[in-house]
Amino acid sequence: MESRFRVLFLALPLVLTMVLLLSGCAATKNLFGMGEEEQSLPPAEAPSPEQVIDPEVARRDVREPKIDTEDFEVGAFVGIMSIEDFGSDVVYGARLAYHITEGLFVEAAAGQSEAGLTSFEELSGGAPILSDSDREFTYYNLSLGYNLFPGEVFLGEGRAFNTSLYLIGGLGSTTFAADDRFTVNVGAGYRFLLTDSISLHLDFRDHLFDTDLLGTEKTVHNIEAHVGMTVFF
Amino acid sequence: MSELNTITTRSTSPRTRLSLAVLLIMLSQAVTVSLARAADEYHTVSVADPYLEMHTGPGRGYPKFHVVERGEAVEILKRRTDWFLVRDADGVDGWVDRAQMELTLGPAGQNIEFAETDQQAFTDSRWEGGVLAGDFGGANIISIYSGYSLNPHVAVEVWGSQILGNFSNGWMASVNVVHETWPEWRISPFFTLGAGVIHTKPKSTIVQGEDRTDQAAHAGAGLRIYATRRFMLRAEYKSYVAFTSRDDNEEVEEWKVGFAFFF
Repeated sequence: MESRFRVLFLALPLVLTMVLLLSGCAATKNLFGMGEEEQSLPPAEAPSPEQVIDPEVARRDVREPKIDTEDFEVGAFVGIMSIEDFGSDVVYGARLAYHITEGLFVEAAAGQSEAGLTSFEELSGGAPILSDSDREFTYYNLSLGYNLFPGEVFLGEGRAFNTSLYLIGGLGSTTFAADDRFTVNVGAGYRFLLTDSISLHLDFRDHLFDTDLLGTEKTVHNIEAHVGMTVFF
Repeated sequence: MSELNTITTRSTSPRTRLSLAVLLIMLSQAVTVSLARAADEYHTVSVADPYLEMHTGPGRGYPKFHVVERGEAVEILKRRTDWFLVRDADGVDGWVDRAQMELTLGPAGQNIEFAETDQQAFTDSRWEGGVLAGDFGGANIISIYSGYSLNPHVAVEVWGSQILGNFSNGWMASVNVVHETWPEWRISPFFTLGAGVIHTKPKSTIVQGEDRTDQAAHAGAGLRIYATRRFMLRAEYKSYVAFTSRDDNEEVEEWKVGFAFFF
């Protein structure tokens, strides 16, 4: 009997302390404006009584397998560029394309050529209009292309190659004669796929920009024809 | 002045050459990586539809030349846009479109989904980048940008632009925050605020002036339009205030359209 009293006696302060502590916490929470937040919380969801067994079956993986995607095409080209009034010279450059759909692609390209002498400079034999470094013709452009006529060519009886005739056009900038010019390019090209990943290009492009280099402001056409090789990756 | 011109050109051409070289190196790296990846084991699926049609090329127009029957297995070699190059048990290679590939079964008999980038991805995508061109206060402008979405509504973008005018050339770099009110719409309008620097080089033949760099702030609005796969169109208007060292601040209006990709 006595021991039971002692237990009660000891337990009572313990319970009281705990109650006090808990209410103290609550008070502090209210003091910092956190108490109400707690009250507004929805009641914790009780586990549904039906779910007795926890399913241990692993979910089947239906995600896309990792497949080598080859939507990018990269390569280099070399050809001839005719710079209006300044003759023709070799052009070389690099291109990177991304194929959006089977028809549509975007292409970024950069190229470089060298301008020759104008006919006036050659005939008069006088002082050149431009310094050697100003004759460097560099361009970059960003274009949108469309595979207008996809097709196949046949070599003999047993060989077929995929090809595509595409139209392309875009915008960019040309650095020539110590000046940067906003340049529009339009053209067409022929893609010949040697394998599913390697292709050859034959490309014709007109680069148009306005210039007053020879006195009057005019739109110049700089026609480029090049062959290139690209790899899909 | 001509001396100055010579210096400018000399400094640009090696830079172009250098950037070309860097581009080529990066690309050769990328090709090596993709070749290494191609050496990995191919994935095999089995045909669940009555038959699987193989085309000679990755496009709708290429003729069907071979058919794989139900139950037979094919290896997937590679994917280009929505076409898959597959090889059947006899070693015949051909291109199959995505719609037919989705009707094949995986090794455990499960359905396979070949992720199609759709409008949902357009809303949820994190990264995007693109190219725009247009008019910048009478001059032509070509811009390239890259953006990162903090959430479907808010994105941060970095822009670099080349300005090509009749009287001056220049470049501009800026950072801006974009807010999309309805990111789930196919044509999604946005508002933007940002700041940056504008560098102007007057053309020596016409205007006698010095190069200058001004700070600028801008506000604008535009549309992001989902096109297909990872591709979207973008059109925007921005109004710039350049804080010049002269008495008046300069205001410039800019209109641009272009395309972009999201990842």
